[in-house]
Amino acid sequence: MLIDWFTVSAQALNFLVLVWLMKRFLYQPVLQAIDAREQRIAAELADADARQTEAKAERNEFQRKNAEFDRERSGLLGKATDEANAERKRLIDEARQAAEELSTKEQESRRQEVANLLKSITRRTKEEVFAISRKALADLAGVDLEERLCGVFLEKLQSLDDEVRSHLADAVQNSSEPPMIRSAVDLPPEQQEAIRNVLREMLSTDVRPLFKTVPGLVGGVELTAGGQKLGWSIADYLKSLEAGIEELVGKPAPPEAETTISGS
Amino acid sequence: MHLSPDEIVYWQHGPVKLNATIVQTWGLMILLSVSAWLITRRLTTEHVRSRWQNLLEIVVTGMKQQIADVGLRHPEKYLGFLGTLFLFVAMASLCTIIPGYEPPTGSLSTTAALALCVLIAVPMFGIEDQGLGGYLKSYLEPTFIMLPFNIISEVSRTLALAVRLFGNMMSGAMIIAILLSITPFLFPILMTLLGLLTGMVQAYIFSILAAVYIAAAMRTRTPKSGRHRETEPSTHAPAENHG
Repeated sequence: MLIDWFTVSAQALNFLVLVWLMKRFLYQPVLQAIDAREQRIAAELADADARQTEAKAERNEFQRKNAEFDRERSGLLGKATDEANAERKRLIDEARQAAEELSTKEQESRRQEVANLLKSITRRTKEEVFAISRKALADLAGVDLEERLCGVFLEKLQSLDDEVRSHLADAVQNSSEPPMIRSAVDLPPEQQEAIRNVLREMLSTDVRPLFKTVPGLVGGVELTAGGQKLGWSIADYLKSLEAGIEELVGKPAPPEAETTISGS
Repeated sequence: MHLSPDEIVYWQHGPVKLNATIVQTWGLMILLSVSAWLITRRLTTEHVRSRWQNLLEIVVTGMKQQIADVGLRHPEKYLGFLGTLFLFVAMASLCTIIPGYEPPTGSLSTTAALALCVLIAVPMFGIEDQGLGGYLKSYLEPTFIMLPFNIISEVSRTLALAVRLFGNMMSGAMIIAILLSITPFLFPILMTLLGLLTGMVQAYIFSILAAVYIAAAMRTRTPKSGRHRETEPSTHAPAENHG
């Protein structure tokens, strides 16, 4: 007999025991381990998904902020550029204005300088001419310059036309103060007498003029009476010289003239 | 010269006896259980795991996948029975490389016991799934005339299971035994290799047929039930994704 029924039942029992043992020691632990790992992997994937989503959101946020920042920056930059341009324009304008003011001042001071120079040249020339004339007159003719000046003055007085003479007479008579003779130096008594005589003769009144010394009056004699003024001085001769120099310097002084003046 | 390891009796007391079949079955049980315990006591859920754990996972998930492919929903439920059938038969064949070992599956008593287990398990799973009445009604399908044929089919396929496995394993052992006495060198080794192959094939056939029988006991009612039809795709979907 190939089938032994006791063995059959024993093997069936053995098999059932083996089924239990295998379930206990093999299938359950292995399946649990696999399930746990799958859950773990699923959790990790979900976590990775969440992180990715979060990272994406953060990246979007960052990009948005970046764009905003760029926009703000370009706005600020544009504003700053505009302000800087305006400031530069303002500074340039200020500088130009200051330069213009400076140049105006400089021109003014130069003009002043020229005028001063001109004045001093004029005075110096007067003095020089006076000195030269006096010396020349003294050397050549032996005549005192003051005397000669006085003589010229007297000649001028005498050669006055009638209209001027009557004007002068009216002025002397109407004035409460006596006429005044001003000269650069003290006139000697004989000259004072000569002048007095000429005046008396010319105005046919007893005139007692006052004599006053004014050093600023370079060479010459001047008669002042009742607002009328009659005089002669070397200044008259210097008028043309002065005009010539002024023409040379010129009001809007050309560069050549400027250098010439500053050089002298 | 004996046909079955049943004939080697170590100890006997009346009908109770301890033959080579039972002893070697115990040996296999101890081997399987101890090795499974040794490996599974240090299981890890980390991504990196030992090669033994990998091996067990491959075996278990492979069997689970096979059960799912046959068409059984919730393969974990049948894994204990069908998986153990496969492992036992396969291990019984693999151990033929050990000298002096005779596979317990080469005994018709063992294969009959396994076939009886299948014979009992099929209606048990069927009744559990669709109830006693539902299961018994499946014997009347498609008409009541088929009842005797269904019963005959049930018995005959169980007989076929037992005899097929017994015949293959016994013949393998017999051939080797005969060849050893004729040509002691080399040729028995080739036959042992062939025996390993047929042993694995038989293990697969035995367990997959059991699965098919169980699935048949389940499936008889499925087409009539709208509820099952509705739930079927959703329960099959994860099994398909698994592969």
